[in-house]
Amino acid sequence: MGIIKTKDLVFEYIRRDEEGNVEGITKAVDEVSLDIKQGDFVAILGHNGSGKSTLAKHINAILYPTEGTVWVDGMDTADDDKLWDIRQKAGMVFQNPDNQIIGQIVEEDVGFGPENLGVPTKEIWERVEESLRAVGMYEFRKHSPNKLSGGQKQRVSIAGVIAMHPKCIVLDEPTAMLDPNGRKEVIRAVRALNDVENITIVLITHYMEEIIYADKVFVMDEGKVAMEGTPRDIFSQVEKLKSLRLDVPQVTLLAHELRKSGLEIVDGILTKEELAQALGL
Amino acid sequence: MLRDITLGQYYQTDSVIHRLDPRVKLVGTLLFIVSLFVVDNFIGYAIAAAFLLVVIKLSKVPFKFMVRGMKAIVFLLIIAVIFNLFLTPGEVVFSVWKIQITKEGIYLASFMAIRLIFLIMGSSVMTLTTTPNQLTDGLEKLLNPLKIFKVPVHEIAMMMSIALRFIPILLEETDKIMKAQIARGADFESGNLIKKAKSLVPLLVPLFISAFRRANDLATAMEARCYRGGDFRTKMKPLIYQKRDRWAYVVCWFYLSLCIIIGRVLL
Repeated sequence: MGIIKTKDLVFEYIRRDEEGNVEGITKAVDEVSLDIKQGDFVAILGHNGSGKSTLAKHINAILYPTEGTVWVDGMDTADDDKLWDIRQKAGMVFQNPDNQIIGQIVEEDVGFGPENLGVPTKEIWERVEESLRAVGMYEFRKHSPNKLSGGQKQRVSIAGVIAMHPKCIVLDEPTAMLDPNGRKEVIRAVRALNDVENITIVLITHYMEEIIYADKVFVMDEGKVAMEGTPRDIFSQVEKLKSLRLDVPQVTLLAHELRKSGLEIVDGILTKEELAQALGL
Repeated sequence: MLRDITLGQYYQTDSVIHRLDPRVKLVGTLLFIVSLFVVDNFIGYAIAAAFLLVVIKLSKVPFKFMVRGMKAIVFLLIIAVIFNLFLTPGEVVFSVWKIQITKEGIYLASFMAIRLIFLIMGSSVMTLTTTPNQLTDGLEKLLNPLKIFKVPVHEIAMMMSIALRFIPILLEETDKIMKAQIARGADFESGNLIKKAKSLVPLLVPLFISAFRRANDLATAMEARCYRGGDFRTKMKPLIYQKRDRWAYVVCWFYLSLCIIIGRVLL
């Protein structure tokens, strides 16, 4: 069994009208079964309302399944006694950097997680230093988070999670509020963690460019897993992606159109270099 | 623009007073305030002044920063002085028409003025040399015994520090909403007080909504990072008394006893 496993996971939102009567039930996540291996870089794609964020919140035991089961490192998230262990093993980074930084100084914020875990003072300092170095924010340790850029703030949030020594980090659209430079910074930091520290990454996003480095991609639509496979498998099905209201990277789209017009190139081109090579340039 | 505001009035420099444990500074300020009300003669106030001057000198904070805090109380100070000066009965020194100034009045008025000025300066020394963060930490530790009476000390301290963290963010947001409303023709400037207050409603409603949303997000993020109240927590920067802190306590208590002896016993 992998680090994260879900079996027939269902989560229902109950919609209520103003008097509190039940209006209807929405299945945000519908019969999802996943198995993610330790050390994998997994991307979950989907347009707004596809259930990807709801799925993410199950991994950190912020939401509990209506039906089915979620295991994190072999622990059932419905088990109350394991709650804090699960949250320590599977850290979570959210969308808005401002709303998840607690400390008034960068290093204090990174120390918040270990403080909650009851780590001794001396070790907290070691963990803070090592985590800030891992995301390249060590020089900013004495700064106020208010004076950092969006990408820097998000890297501090990631450091705050690493300091808890998780096996897995779930990032829920960490780049949605950032400019292109900030987005690159964050993705680079996340990839480094995956490569160097072998931390399992679950990246939830709707930016296609960010998933080309993933080992495995799940595409969600209306609470169900609509497609799964390597980025190459996914991107070779341009028509299907379009029907799921997802954009395809421009290079891939160009290659696809060229192929449709009769040029003989392979499907699922991900980068400019690959396309240039395929065209014999 | 609003990003750069500093909270409180912390003055960044390195001095003995800055390095003192915040608990010492809190208790010291309290003792100083007590001493001001114990003393009621000029020798006592001379001691208080000497003590205050030494502390200010040690703190390396320019004197003008101390005086800056005084602006807020000028009005209060004038009223207190005038009332004491003219309305105290006793031996008349000076009289014009129905207004009489008495010897007791002069004494009381000057004591009142000195007390108020020293009080503000004394507490300014504390706020100028201690970051809001250290203050919250110090308060949490000092009030810890109140836990016996089920006072949620840790929670209060946590709320204070979160509030401090979000003040600049909410200020920036206010600025943004204000500009958005002005762009759509809102008028925050003209009209009388009531009209101005009413024009703030379209500013406050979105601000409150966003503040609640932020609070919700932050609570989720804190839970995701295993926050579960103060019981199991360790501290990244625990407050530990150093040698200088113990000496500072000794000095403060010695000062207070001196004030009591000179102010009450000898005279």
